[in-house]
Amino acid sequence: MYTIIVCGSLVPDPLQTLEPIAGPNGPALKNEMMLPSSLDPWAGHALYEAANLAAKHPGSKVWLVSLGPKAKLQQVMMTVAQKVPFELIALDGPAGGFTDAAETAAALAEAIGAIPGLDLANVLLFGGWESASRGAGATMQLVGERLGITEQFQGVDSLTIGTDGSLRILERVEGGKHQVSVCSAPPAVLGWATGNLPEPRNNPQVGMANMRGIMPALQKAKAAPVGTGDITFASVSLPKQTRATQVIKDQPPEQIAAELVAWIRG
Amino acid sequence: MAATDPTPTLQTLPSDQLRALQWRFAERFDLTMLIQAVRPVARGPVARLVAQGGRNTHDWTAEKNSLLAVYDEAGITAAFLEPSQGGFIEGPKNLALALVAFELSWVDAGAATCSLASNLGIAPIHERGTPEQVAHYLPLVCPPAPGDTREATRVAFALTEPIPFVGVETGLLGGKMRVVEWQDGQEPVLNIDKRGRFITNMDFANVVTAAVDSADPRIKGSCIVILEKTDPGLWDSGVPTRKMVHQLSSTCDPVFNLNVPASRIVGGYTVKDGVIIPNFTHSDVIEAVFRRTRVTVGLMTSAKLLSAVEPIIRYQRSRFRGGETGTPGSPRYDLGLQTKQDVLHRLVDIWATGEAGAALGFATARLFDSLDPLDRQKDQLFAEQGLSGRSALKALARIQEDATDCIELRRQPEASRDNTRLTLLESNPLVQYVILDAQANVLCPACKLWNTGHGATIMREAVSLMGGYGITEDCPGFLPHKWMDAQLEATYEGPEAVQRRQLSVTMTNTLFIAQFEGWIKDLKVIAAEQPGTGACALGSAMALWLWTTRYLQTATDGNGSKLYQSNRQGITFPLADALCWLLASRQQILDVVELAQSGAADPSVAEELPGAVAFLSDLCHVQAARAAGETARICSELVFGYNLHPEWTVQACAACYGSADLDELEGIMPGIASGARGVTDITPAGQPHPSKAGPCPDTIRLQAFLRMRAKLDGCLYGFGLAKDRAANALTAVMIPEALDYPQ
Repeated sequence: MYTIIVCGSLVPDPLQTLEPIAGPNGPALKNEMMLPSSLDPWAGHALYEAANLAAKHPGSKVWLVSLGPKAKLQQVMMTVAQKVPFELIALDGPAGGFTDAAETAAALAEAIGAIPGLDLANVLLFGGWESASRGAGATMQLVGERLGITEQFQGVDSLTIGTDGSLRILERVEGGKHQVSVCSAPPAVLGWATGNLPEPRNNPQVGMANMRGIMPALQKAKAAPVGTGDITFASVSLPKQTRATQVIKDQPPEQIAAELVAWIRG
Repeated sequence: MAATDPTPTLQTLPSDQLRALQWRFAERFDLTMLIQAVRPVARGPVARLVAQGGRNTHDWTAEKNSLLAVYDEAGITAAFLEPSQGGFIEGPKNLALALVAFELSWVDAGAATCSLASNLGIAPIHERGTPEQVAHYLPLVCPPAPGDTREATRVAFALTEPIPFVGVETGLLGGKMRVVEWQDGQEPVLNIDKRGRFITNMDFANVVTAAVDSADPRIKGSCIVILEKTDPGLWDSGVPTRKMVHQLSSTCDPVFNLNVPASRIVGGYTVKDGVIIPNFTHSDVIEAVFRRTRVTVGLMTSAKLLSAVEPIIRYQRSRFRGGETGTPGSPRYDLGLQTKQDVLHRLVDIWATGEAGAALGFATARLFDSLDPLDRQKDQLFAEQGLSGRSALKALARIQEDATDCIELRRQPEASRDNTRLTLLESNPLVQYVILDAQANVLCPACKLWNTGHGATIMREAVSLMGGYGITEDCPGFLPHKWMDAQLEATYEGPEAVQRRQLSVTMTNTLFIAQFEGWIKDLKVIAAEQPGTGACALGSAMALWLWTTRYLQTATDGNGSKLYQSNRQGITFPLADALCWLLASRQQILDVVELAQSGAADPSVAEELPGAVAFLSDLCHVQAARAAGETARICSELVFGYNLHPEWTVQACAACYGSADLDELEGIMPGIASGARGVTDITPAGQPHPSKAGPCPDTIRLQAFLRMRAKLDGCLYGFGLAKDRAANALTAVMIPEALDYPQ
């Protein structure tokens, strides 16, 4: 029986046009508050793995701790709530991707610490090892540290619970390989890569059950005015698209492959 | 305006939350979740199947069939049901089903038809079934849960028959029922002999609700009867209809010859003098069913129009990219075709039509959500009082006076009106029922008629804006499919003539007219507060329509025949058309007013709201002007067109001034020669009369109309500027990098 706490927030819908601008509080995206958002896909993988684990271990409970603009969180929850059963802890603050990971981690850790009756010895702290907005790659580690959870794993693709309750964890390492670790018991921090589960279909029945708790949670969301800390952004830009089209007929596959390899090697 | 306070304009395409506020379900998270459940289905599996060419056959393929399970898993199939029956939405579901249809039709209306046809099939039982029928069949429609091995129950509605019966005249039925066995004290067994045509869902349905008439003196009249695939006899799903549209729905011409117990008559029956009398005729049932489902059909076409906006903008902007003449940063590169005003104006018209249709459709769906509980209360009250049939109609007629009072009291100043009586009337469910029913009887056919009929015409415009791309299978947004599909939507569930016919009866109902008069006043108030919406012009157009309708109801034509009468469809149908334009435009304005008010209290749309309200107001103005123009044209044609044109009689010729006489008078009264030529007929020298059809008609008796018409024309001030603003907004609005379907 586990308490699985998933940290995850929202990101702009990936199909939207993203245009960096200088806002009063640092960099931002043009019209960001007007663009549709979705659950950060890395956090999504963590949430689906958490729900899958909870379903296999009766009595377990999944919490989703989410820091973002309350109104946008509510919109995103209309979809996320239909995926898997969980209880929400909402923090009302910016989620633009330019906030300081340390400030974000502090707010998340405080909210997690305030969960009534929380037994840290049973906690599995899940999240994405990256973020689709502008991943600092450090938030989950910092949250774990603040909660005193020192067993930490990043780039996780698989978690198996042994018969003795031990955690067998596969972390991504270079070369398409996994590092296998065995952790005797919770608590542990798992920063998920993609995991192995597909995105669950929307299920309005699950959604209706979740929303009974989500709406009150959103209403009492505490303000979490996290900022950019001491970070100064010199400039912000999107990755440039490059296009170099050649129209060549009847080129053998070997030659195409050789050209691609040469191009990749620069 | 100061440079630091620019006029707000549309920044992005309207967000979901903005739409929820505009269409008034922002407080309903169950509906918001339903949309989020349906959307991935529409833009995922449905869109993929369309992109793969799944629509290129009328046969029901395995790929099409696989969508049924997707609908089940996403909760679409169960959306019709109460929570106790396996559904998840409490209360009336007209708006919920409208939203499902809207989302699916955003991609493919055939998918919407497929999902909604099950609801149509079960609707007779839902609306008029006995408690036992409801308790048995509705839970069956709920898809089997994981682990439940029962076969999914899928339902079809079999009304339409081969020519010459239903489809030409809904009062006639070729399907027959006869008593085959009736033992004392036992349930009679009926033989049902029915051939269907264009029946949706027949490739997979295992339950059918079929309309049949009696062919046996022991059964009185018609009814809807429930057929099951396992009933003894013939169940032939029939050959696929060779249709060219809505290809993601199954359509066949089935044949049934089955024996079923009489308990399958929807709504039950009584036995009197050895004759089975169904409690509801087939007409009773289909009236209750279609008046709800037609609204969703209307919304299908509106969804297509709104869905066309984004692909058209993207096409326009990218039209010249990749060429040698347009370099990044140049207007030709960034705006492409959008440097041309015409394509922008036409897109404004498409968007405005979609907005108006969606506004009318969702308003009507909400109206039915309000009406449904009152309808059931009314039925319960009548049942308690033993009223049915004619006695029930008489009871409703007696309520009309109270309802009229209620409408009038609502419009009076609160300080001076009889609030006690108003409270009493507003708490009377029968009074509220007849008021809303009078609205619904107009709004439902108006939505079906205008959204689909005019929508199909405007959908063609959308296709044309994509150039040659618009008639290819590769066209983003599947626009050519949507154009073709729109034609079916204008036809099925009651073609345009049926809707016009219904409107010609219901739009002159005194309770509707009483409410309509109030709406005109409301629009003037809105115009005072938000003049940019075109509400003033629309109010004037509605006043002109009302004057014309009243005039035509009492006037006669040049031959002395009454003008407004049932069989003069040349009068009644155009008036119905004009009314539809007005109702759609009115609701569009009301929705933007609502958005401005409720959006101000919603922080999630704070940034988006000012620009969206400004843009949508301009669209309202554009649409109101168009509606006013259509109404003015139709009213003028009807008011003047049925008079006999004066002829050149001896007296008429004598009444003309001679041009020579006028020229002589010019010396005495300077200016008379030219002035008279502008106001009366002048006979040229040497001719018996001027060269024209006859003397100009005397329009003095129609001065009231002419004044209203002239006033209405003046109300169009500003409309062109609103269209220019909206067009400019289209050049700057931010759209996604790519269309979000197929996913």
